[in-house]
Amino acid sequence: MAILVVADHHNEALSDATHKTVTAAQQIGGDIDILVAGKDCRPVAEAAAKIAGVRKVLYADDARYEHRLAEPLAALIVSLADDYDAILKAATTTGKNVMPRAAALLDVMQVSDIIAVEAPDTFVRPIYAGNALQTVKSTDKKKVVTVRATAFKAAEENGSASIEDVQPADDPGLSSFVKEELTKSERPELTAAKIVISGGRALGSYENFEKLIFPIADKLGAAVGASRAAVDAGYVPNDYQVGQTGKVVAPELYIAVGISGAIQHLAGMKDSKVIVAINKDEEAPIFQVADYGLVADLFKALPELNEALG
Amino acid sequence: MKLLVPVKRVIDYNVKVRVKSDQSGVDLANVKMSMNPFDEIAVEEAVRMKEAGTAQEIVVVSIGPEKAQDQIRQALAMGADRGLLVKTEAETEPLGVATLLKAIVEEEKPDLVIMGKQAIDDDCNQTGQMLAALLGWPQGTFASKIEKKDGEIHVTREIDGGLQTVSLKLPAVVTTDLRLNEPRYASLPNIMKAKKKPLDVKDPSDYGVDLKPRLEVLKVTEPPKREGGVKVETVAELVDKLKNEAGVL
Ligand SMILES: Cc1cc2nc3c(=O)[nH]c(=O)nc-3n(C[C@H](O)[C@H](O)[C@H](O)COP(=O)(O)OP(=O)(O)OC[C@H]3O[C@@H](n4cnc5c(N)ncnc54)[C@H](O)[C@@H]3O)c2cc1C
Repeated sequence: MAILVVADHHNEALSDATHKTVTAAQQIGGDIDILVAGKDCRPVAEAAAKIAGVRKVLYADDARYEHRLAEPLAALIVSLADDYDAILKAATTTGKNVMPRAAALLDVMQVSDIIAVEAPDTFVRPIYAGNALQTVKSTDKKKVVTVRATAFKAAEENGSASIEDVQPADDPGLSSFVKEELTKSERPELTAAKIVISGGRALGSYENFEKLIFPIADKLGAAVGASRAAVDAGYVPNDYQVGQTGKVVAPELYIAVGISGAIQHLAGMKDSKVIVAINKDEEAPIFQVADYGLVADLFKALPELNEALG
Repeated sequence: MKLLVPVKRVIDYNVKVRVKSDQSGVDLANVKMSMNPFDEIAVEEAVRMKEAGTAQEIVVVSIGPEKAQDQIRQALAMGADRGLLVKTEAETEPLGVATLLKAIVEEEKPDLVIMGKQAIDDDCNQTGQMLAALLGWPQGTFASKIEKKDGEIHVTREIDGGLQTVSLKLPAVVTTDLRLNEPRYASLPNIMKAKKKPLDVKDPSDYGVDLKPRLEVLKVTEPPKREGGVKVETVAELVDKLKNEAGVL
């Protein structure tokens, strides 16, 4: 068995989601190679080479991979696929974009967003916003799998794999990059943070996030998340959305403020270790999953919390 | 432009699903079914493009049970021109659906396919990307904005770090995210009018496509239940519990 893990990175640093995907690959079992495709990102390849249990790193350095566009990246994965029995990538937005394209080109039905490996061909994945878990066996010869990173521990970094250059694949030239507007933040990345504090519709404005949520986040070293309603209303950027169709998080501590607890939101946070809910409606469904519930007006409770944290 | 919009009949997003006790799947008997919310956004976007004069014709297609005609009619009532149901009572998978959609695209020859990024039942998030791959077309996934510019289409995509804009040659496949638009409710007169719009019904065999699943579902189970915990009375008590009981602060 040989497994190719496609790395997640932004040319500067390797994302932790890659380490977690390697763990899923180890559970499948076999020789594990990592593909790092990007532009001028040798440090990323070097970081990938340190992940424990990796045989080698394939490094494709070319302008066509700089912005992770699906068409050239899928073509590259397909060009390498002959040597592998399984191809894995974290279910990040890049993974979700690229992997189904590669899968279809390989005539493989992808297994999306797995949370457990039962056997090399059998995986568990959430369906219906996580209200059911499906165990599926892939009958395709090759497996193409995306991995829910929060469900796997990160592989360690004590390896020293070799780095091999690979040739870029023919670029189908169907799409081009125009621009990127990335959210700037000093806070930890949402999916990797140990503590997440999320605000809902009840926050009412960006200013209230800034005044009430951000100071607490900064004291706790926490990432800030949000419900769909808060994102739709424009209080915070789209990539703050936690849920079925946003990001999935599983921190040590998740604090939900002014969030009702719709199933679509719960799908993204109910595997957190400890959940705190602050909501003025004692009937709010979020309390059904909260370890600690505080029935209170957030405009009073958050300043108090900020104070109490010193 | 001519637009093709695939739509899926799924469980309504407000329904809490129950897993069947024999672990064969979830219980869909007597459960409210609706158009997949992301597909509604796709239909809305298509209708807006037609209203703006960027598009001339909208064909809506569903692959699913007889009853998926309800969802096609809804799309017609929102403003689509013509419907096509490829009828199958069997469970379908993204790869099979994409293969069938490819055959339909080759027949209909749209300039742009707009579809939902994910169906809220199987949560796969694959079909649009697979269709683009099979057609050899570019893809603009998770769109929060679509603009026609200089003969190409600019798609602003919701990505993990924020937003990315790509330019796609036409024809192309675009999949919708939540922020693209807010779908309209069809008015009563439009619902009446939609009843008279053409809706063809075909069979997968008409396209010579095999929908046989590649994934074998071994079982469907309930996720571990999370028990609700305790209510605290004050912020001070909360902080104390988080520090001394849960040990997370
Ligand atoms: C296809 C689809 C996908 C979706 N995906 C997601 C997703 O990924 N993530 C997501 O979050 N949602 C998602 N949703 C939306 C979801 O269904 C809910 O609409 C959304 O989560 C509600 O956000 P909310 O809890 O902030 O708002 P609301 O439901 O309006 O809740 C606001 C809460 O704030 C409380 N409140 C009000 N004032 C105060 C106050 N002063 N102090 C304290 N509490 C107060 C209220 O009691 C209430 O419980 C999706 C929906 C659809 C249809």
